[in-house]
Amino acid sequence: MARFFIRRLLSLVPTMFIIVTLSFFLIRLAPGGPFARERDLPEAILQNILKRYHMDEPLPKQYLRYLGDVIRWDFGPSLRYRDRSVNEMIDTTLPVSTALGLTALSLAVILGVNVGIVSALKQNKWPDYTAMSVAVVGISVPLFVMGPILQMVFAIWLKWLPPGQWLSDHGLKAIILPAVTLSFPYFAYIARLSRASVLEVLRSDYIRTARAKGLKESVVIVKHVLKGALLPVVTYLGPALSGIVTGSVVVEAVFVVPGLGRPFVQAAINRDYTMIMADVIVYSLLLITANLVVDLVYGLLDPRISYK
Amino acid sequence: MTDDVILQVKDLKTYFKLDEGLLKAVDGVSFDLRKGETLGIVGESGSGKSVTNLAVMKLIPVPPGRIAGGEVLFQGKDLLKMPDDEIRTIRGNKISMIFQDPMTSLNPFLRISTQMIETIVLHQGMNKKDAKDKSIEMLKLAGIPSPEKRIDSYPHQFSGGMRQRVMIAMALSCNPEVLIADEPTTALDVTIQAQILELIKDLTARLGTAVILITHSLGVVAGMCDNINVMYAGRIVERGTADEIFGDPKHPYTQGLIKSVPRLDKATQQRLFSIKGQPPNVINLPDCCPFYPRCDRALDICKIKYPATAELSKGRNVACWLYSEGK
Ligand SMILES: Nc1ncnc2c1ncn2[C@@H]1O[C@H](COP(=O)(O)OP(=O)(O)OP(=O)(O)O)[C@@H](O)[C@H]1O
Ligand SMILES: [Mg+2]
Repeated sequence: MARFFIRRLLSLVPTMFIIVTLSFFLIRLAPGGPFARERDLPEAILQNILKRYHMDEPLPKQYLRYLGDVIRWDFGPSLRYRDRSVNEMIDTTLPVSTALGLTALSLAVILGVNVGIVSALKQNKWPDYTAMSVAVVGISVPLFVMGPILQMVFAIWLKWLPPGQWLSDHGLKAIILPAVTLSFPYFAYIARLSRASVLEVLRSDYIRTARAKGLKESVVIVKHVLKGALLPVVTYLGPALSGIVTGSVVVEAVFVVPGLGRPFVQAAINRDYTMIMADVIVYSLLLITANLVVDLVYGLLDPRISYK
Repeated sequence: MTDDVILQVKDLKTYFKLDEGLLKAVDGVSFDLRKGETLGIVGESGSGKSVTNLAVMKLIPVPPGRIAGGEVLFQGKDLLKMPDDEIRTIRGNKISMIFQDPMTSLNPFLRISTQMIETIVLHQGMNKKDAKDKSIEMLKLAGIPSPEKRIDSYPHQFSGGMRQRVMIAMALSCNPEVLIADEPTTALDVTIQAQILELIKDLTARLGTAVILITHSLGVVAGMCDNINVMYAGRIVERGTADEIFGDPKHPYTQGLIKSVPRLDKATQQRLFSIKGQPPNVINLPDCCPFYPRCDRALDICKIKYPATAELSKGRNVACWLYSEGK
């Protein structure tokens, strides 16, 4: 197990290297550049700026310089907001996005699993029908529709919750609407997934054995059904997290949350190379680690899997 | 004689309500099981053997299933009328079951020890330590080598035969009055089959447990059972002692089954006999004898009415118009 873990951690290095290399060249292939918008810049001044960011050097040299910086976790200055470093921007926005994302993921998992279990146990009765109808809505309505609807109902009509902004202005209440919006599709999917897998396990031979042993139904469910039934949910956590990361960009825009999403989109539009690279690196690290954690949890839950 | 009957099934009916119609999986099955007896239930796939025995334990999935009538008297009390918490004190304790597929019948996520101990703790009120000792003892009886080491393994670390031994050990751990073995060897390869049957025979004889042995193979039943019930399409079509069934089968279906057992002792070059046709579809079955389309000796009345059970002698019954009065 420990060896597996270390090997996976080590494999992070080549993976990240490939990601950094590909992104570095790919974004430079896209038309335009960080300074293309500032039209009619006198040639001399442009040269000056390029020189300041070492962008007058040949590409391979820039690349090597960048690699060296990244290894020291130095993402360089933003090409757009010239008075701020990329590290500074990541440091202020990443915690916000992480808080939002983790809250959404926890909501999705906790509510989704519980609703799924109840649905399965009440199969084809009203709690099941209600939950599964909500789930269909959750899966089919996109975030940019769900967000404004919730905003309108709970913030503007009922005035229970702030319509946007973040903890500094409204305290913990501010996280509720964006987190609920962001978690909705994943909650819905997890609810359906766990319902289906609880139903499947309930039909399995070993549950029949458990019942034939005289165990109480509650013991059968908690001790014999759940572990097997939750494995598909654990597997889904990886894709769910990457979905939440991208969904976060939309939700942050709808609720004016000062997270990583907005600077990321801005950076892409502005060809703010250093900022884009930093975003890609941060997101990749996040997803790779999350998948590693998922694999570990899976291994802990399923004794048939042994990592060597 | 009747006072040592421990399990009495009377006119048991179990139906499944399916989209295609009403499936009468078990339709009026009656039998007695005596203390220490081994009773065979034989029949083709789909004849309702498993459903009968799941219904005895009230383990039919409802819906789509429903126990539509009958009684199951265990020590004089009707299991079918018992509230759930009372019948749970019987399941796994007084009556226990082993199933066809040992690969899927144990929970793959829990250690063998966990699965064995929970049953013993539940029914015998032992503490975990004693229950573990008891489990190890049972595993040893069931022929698991070095059980004290292997008890904490997971099911996937055992072979199929070993898992069935674990199932047997678990089923007998509370010293049940009745063991229901539902095709315990079907999923195993032939050499292991004989060992497992021997083990069941040996252990239940030692513990005085009565056995209901379900199988679709007469070969399995021959060396094991005192009495045999032959089932066809949800009903018992013939019953008798093992000697009677093998020596003098009455029902054309039983005769066909016996002819289709491969014999190693007779070096014939003949092709193996098989009963023609398919097992019947028991959905919306009319009131005929369900075997008549496959029967060489069918009479006109077979297509119209199901025969009443004729008692040829005590404990020797057959449901076939060839033996019924007033045909
Ligand atoms: N849960 C269920 N839902 C619907 N139909 C069922 C269910 N369980 C059993 N049946 C039907 O009841 C009939 C009898 O099935 P049963 O399992 O008792 O057969 P069997 O004699 O044990 O056969 P096998 O030798 O294949 O185990 C079959 O037609 C089967 O399709
Ligand atoms: Mg069966």
